[in-house]
Amino acid sequence: MVDVTSLADKPALVRAPAEVRRARIRGIVYFVLAVATYVLLASTTEGDVVFRLGDAPGDLDLTLSAAGLATASAVVFGFLGALEIGRRGLGRWSNIALSIALALFAFAFLGWAAAGKSLSLVGMLEGSVAAATPIAFGALSGVMCERVAVINIGIEGMLLTGAFMGAVIGTVVNPVGGVVAATLAGGVMAAILAVLAIKYRVDQIIAGVVINILALGLTSFLSAQILVENSSAYNNPGVLRPIKIPVLGDIPIIGRIFFDQNIFIYALFIITAGMTYGLFRTRWGLRSRAVGEHPKAADTLGINVFRTRYMNVIIGGMIAGFGGAYFTLGSVGAFNENMTAGRGFIGLAAMIFGRWHPVGALAAALVFGFADSLQVKLAILDSGIPSEFLLMAPYLVTIIVVAGVVGAARPPAADGQPYIKE
Amino acid sequence: MTEVKQSPPDKQPEGEPTWIQRVAPQGIDLRSVLVIPLLAVLTALVVGMFFILFTEGANAILPAYGALFSGAFVGWSSISETLLLSTPLILAGLSVAIGFRAGLFNIGAEGQMTIGGLTAVIVGFSVQGIPGIIHLPLALIAGFLGGALWGFIPGFLRAKTGAHEVITTIMLNFIAFRTMDYILKLPAIQPEGRFDPISKNVLESARFPRILGWLPVDGASGLRLHLGFLVAIAVAFVVYWVLFKSTIGFEFRAVGANPHAAKYGGMSVAGAIILVMAFAGGLAGLAGSNETLGVLGRAAPGFTSQIGFDAIALALLGRSHPAGVVLSAILFGALRAGGRTMQVQSEVGIDLIVIVQALIIIFIAAPELVRAIYRVRGGKETGQLTRGWST
Repeated sequence: MVDVTSLADKPALVRAPAEVRRARIRGIVYFVLAVATYVLLASTTEGDVVFRLGDAPGDLDLTLSAAGLATASAVVFGFLGALEIGRRGLGRWSNIALSIALALFAFAFLGWAAAGKSLSLVGMLEGSVAAATPIAFGALSGVMCERVAVINIGIEGMLLTGAFMGAVIGTVVNPVGGVVAATLAGGVMAAILAVLAIKYRVDQIIAGVVINILALGLTSFLSAQILVENSSAYNNPGVLRPIKIPVLGDIPIIGRIFFDQNIFIYALFIITAGMTYGLFRTRWGLRSRAVGEHPKAADTLGINVFRTRYMNVIIGGMIAGFGGAYFTLGSVGAFNENMTAGRGFIGLAAMIFGRWHPVGALAAALVFGFADSLQVKLAILDSGIPSEFLLMAPYLVTIIVVAGVVGAARPPAADGQPYIKE
Repeated sequence: MTEVKQSPPDKQPEGEPTWIQRVAPQGIDLRSVLVIPLLAVLTALVVGMFFILFTEGANAILPAYGALFSGAFVGWSSISETLLLSTPLILAGLSVAIGFRAGLFNIGAEGQMTIGGLTAVIVGFSVQGIPGIIHLPLALIAGFLGGALWGFIPGFLRAKTGAHEVITTIMLNFIAFRTMDYILKLPAIQPEGRFDPISKNVLESARFPRILGWLPVDGASGLRLHLGFLVAIAVAFVVYWVLFKSTIGFEFRAVGANPHAAKYGGMSVAGAIILVMAFAGGLAGLAGSNETLGVLGRAAPGFTSQIGFDAIALALLGRSHPAGVVLSAILFGALRAGGRTMQVQSEVGIDLIVIVQALIIIFIAAPELVRAIYRVRGGKETGQLTRGWST
């Protein structure tokens, strides 16, 4: 029995019609997913799958029935679908529910593909973190810019510039110099974006696309003119080694995934924590958010809107540039043309999925990284699915996520609008 | 409907000009239509010079730019190449331009080209025994529909779920590339005896015939310009008619200028968004078909050669007007043709052209920058071309 007071106690039950409609769509998607998981995965497989959680086979093995895993997942999806429709939406929990569902589906799928075999789960999660890192830096850069209402489509270009500078300066000077140069280069690209978007009030999405084209042109041109002819002198920085954190690194499972990595991953967690604290607990954060939500009110209160926007956009670009260096100094060890391959755009989707919050952005990036790593693992398992379709996975997940949650999440109110001082 | 038409949305009586006036001025203001773009191109080329100076030294500038110019304009062969390379740019540029008109940013032309070019090839080699006068149009229709499908998806997602087309079209580009990799390895598509990703050759009846063979010059039969160029020009006229003379085009522009007003005027905003994206995708599909049915005669990975991305720059340069798009596409075709010659004859790589194009967009998008450099007078232009995440 629902009476008026309990309605007031449960704001979850009072929702806008659009949100209810969206919840119904999500509910239907969950039901479809449940049926598909049961019919396509649970009923077509038998045998056990062994998830290895330790370093070597034999220690910490988790044996599950592949069909059982798929059936259990289908039940969870059905439950989530019933929740979405019955409660007319899960509010702020819907993204988390979606993440859990995607991860669960991935596991069910993995179990189906690997039935009768064993696979290293820790290795896969390690791969997820590695794949998530550049996406997360891109997403954090986006949060930084959009919290002051500047849309940054140019993250991809900033990552690419960072990767290039990291490789070149990392070879000519040293890897640490490369990281510094990459950070500065990202800042320079962001400064161009800031001048175009803030001073010249160029449409922000176009300004961002310009940054991407410029970065692609510059790095490809310089790479063809300089790097290709003498790659050992300019494009051979080597990879920064992982640094194991003494005690934490020895924890089973988590230790290898989070505490035995190179500086980029540690920096990622530090920046995420710092940005969360900064945005929501400091004067700077309050001012930034005010500029993003209502620049005129902020201006009236004496906040310098232009300076705040310039500063945040340039810091955002530096984060993206730093993250770009991960491509060359953190994983591949050399620069290739257009090596970012859309990671900046996936970062944007992660920012939206993470509701413009640093922690949310990081979590969303991990979901995308997981999809990427899953794809690599499935290709190795030789599940009979063509590798081309597996390679689509991160992009498909991005579309599903953007279509499923945008609109439910609210961007900063002034996002994308230039500010004109009167 | 007729009452609404009397006050078109792109003519506001006073105040700041709307973005559509900025992108496509209705009145003939030569200064903003011609002078700014010309100065933008010139400035971009001058800045490009500094990149050559920086990488190859001062002595490389003159040979490089000389080769760029001669490869684009000097001799029938260069002109043929310029127009040949501009053909897909016209079609892809129209695709992006029609999106801009409706307030949508189609970054997915590259993927739409891929799928459209692929469907055109499949019809081009699998349908046999019909004359070219039927086969070629049939293949082009297939290309249009393939691209339209790939444009429909982001349009539908935008209209029904609010997913921003900038993200979905970029993701669909990657998905299109992978789809092509997969399709090109199917036994029905691959030529016998080949194991690399490549399609069978298009039958002669579905190829664009060359059109410069009649010229009284040596080697005229070797000039590669084909019928596709004239098709592209004709399509530009069709797009002009649709945008400015038809009811549906009026709705497109109304949705682009002010979706809320369009909604209260009784138009279906969602329907217009879906239709625009499908139409834009179809145009890009034609651009892809032009590549596969024209010069190449088959599909192979990378046949779109970044044309879909150049299309963004030239749609802006052409102010999203079909006539402007055609002229800008010819300019970009000239840059590509000249760039190839430059790459062969001098030490400067063709990627310089990408930098020049990026600079052109910067100067076009920020006309105040050009005005400040050259002290050209003119009204302040501000406005927003696309929409943010949620509106």
